[in-house]
Amino acid sequence: MIVMDNDKHTHNNNREVVISIKGLYKSFEDNDVLQGIDFELHKGENVVVLGRSGSGKSVLIKIISGLMKPDKGVVKVLGKEVHRLTKKELIDLRLKIGFLFQHSALYDSMTVKENLEFPLKRNVKDISQEQIDKAVKEVLEAVGLADTADQMPTELSGGQQKRIGIARTIIMKPEIILYDEPTSGLDPLTSYEINDLINEVQHKSKASSIIITHDLTCAKKTGDRILMLIDGKFVRQGNFEEVFDTKDERVKGFYDYNFIE
Amino acid sequence: MDQTSNQRAKYFISKPIDQFFIGVYDISKFVVQFFREVFAPPYEYQEVVKQCYHVGYKSLSLITLTAFITGIVFTDHSRPALADFGATSWLPSLTGIAIVKALAPLITSLICAGKVGSQIGAELGSMKVTEQIDAMEVSAINPFKFLVVTRVLATTFMVPLLTLYSAFIGLTGSFLDVHGKDQTSLTAFIHDAFFKIGYAEILSTLIRSIMFGFTIGIVGCYKGFTTSQGTEGVGRAANSSVVIIMFLVFIEEMVVVKFFNPLYMQ
Repeated sequence: MIVMDNDKHTHNNNREVVISIKGLYKSFEDNDVLQGIDFELHKGENVVVLGRSGSGKSVLIKIISGLMKPDKGVVKVLGKEVHRLTKKELIDLRLKIGFLFQHSALYDSMTVKENLEFPLKRNVKDISQEQIDKAVKEVLEAVGLADTADQMPTELSGGQQKRIGIARTIIMKPEIILYDEPTSGLDPLTSYEINDLINEVQHKSKASSIIITHDLTCAKKTGDRILMLIDGKFVRQGNFEEVFDTKDERVKGFYDYNFIE
Repeated sequence: MDQTSNQRAKYFISKPIDQFFIGVYDISKFVVQFFREVFAPPYEYQEVVKQCYHVGYKSLSLITLTAFITGIVFTDHSRPALADFGATSWLPSLTGIAIVKALAPLITSLICAGKVGSQIGAELGSMKVTEQIDAMEVSAINPFKFLVVTRVLATTFMVPLLTLYSAFIGLTGSFLDVHGKDQTSLTAFIHDAFFKIGYAEILSTLIRSIMFGFTIGIVGCYKGFTTSQGTEGVGRAANSSVVIIMFLVFIEEMVVVKFFNPLYMQ
């Protein structure tokens, strides 16, 4: 059974849908990862997708961003069916999507500044170096790492790399941000700071976000709505308390292991 | 049907043969994509120049050393055979033909296979497994154009230049050896060395080195771009890049020589 947060759902119904997924299936050889996913993300909403490692959470956002193709189903982002777009249309759509990778995926042959400039220089026509420098300074200040511009990614800690990854994501001012395990591999304090940063970004940019995680603290702190992905399907949906107010052993087990062990 | 028959049924012929043909098909698609992307704007001039620097300048010291030693050693090894016939005066001519036509393109491409091909395979492989290539793609940047086209162009431009440089250094080594033992003057050495080398020979050398350069770039990029299975995969990509490039270089060498040799005879 899927629980809905009725107030929020009613509220969401009045908001524009930015991502809509219907009947999504994806398999890898004999492994059925996604088995009929239906989902909507509304404008300005932070949705957390919770699930165990290997449950297909990352596959879901890779399909949304067009990095992977679904076996079956319709994925619409900002009203456009992702897997029917031409190359040019997909590039235009991707300019409106930000993606934070699990291990930040910073370009290790470039400095922090070059990492941030890279998407701007290649995607924004007629932008001056002065405007680029200003944008870089702004996003670095937004993530609290203004003094790291000339450092190489390998010189940064895991938490700092995540922050720079977020800076690179928001520099293009995306309408949708996809976070893949934003707190994985970080200590609790740094995770706490990253959660705050995600909320701050959402508050300032009004972007809609999907946050993929198995970290319940991250889910509780950042999610307006939480979806629980088990066996390729969303089995629970609602706010944090509602999702875990269940007798479903698979969901209860997930909660217990996160907080007890 | 038992499990083995089920596994067999998955493959058209057998797993290794199927994989070989799938590999050939995939690399052909990769080459076609290169030619499609190379002429389409935007052009990454700056990145091409940067890659040319990496391929060219950074291989220079190794090529200088190897070509110089090869020139001296080849001349020294050839001397006794010619001396038996009292024909040591043919040494410049022999080394000229051997270095310009055969040794310079082969030595240069084999060094670049080891140094550049493996580096490209490992670099792109590492970018692939750490999702940097995906990050480029979702940032609306064409990773194929930025990473593959620029590197293949750089190797295709630079290997012929390095080959000419390698021939020059090899001949310098040979001259020093000949001059040291036979007191041959530089003018006489140059005259004799280039006596049997015409435009066709130089064209053949350049065509081969362009092909070798393209092979080094495209194989390194293909292996890097298709890396999987983490850091182990990166090592495999670097290693198999070198092995495949060397194998293809010798095949290409044989095909071009067989094509050009009849032209010299005419």
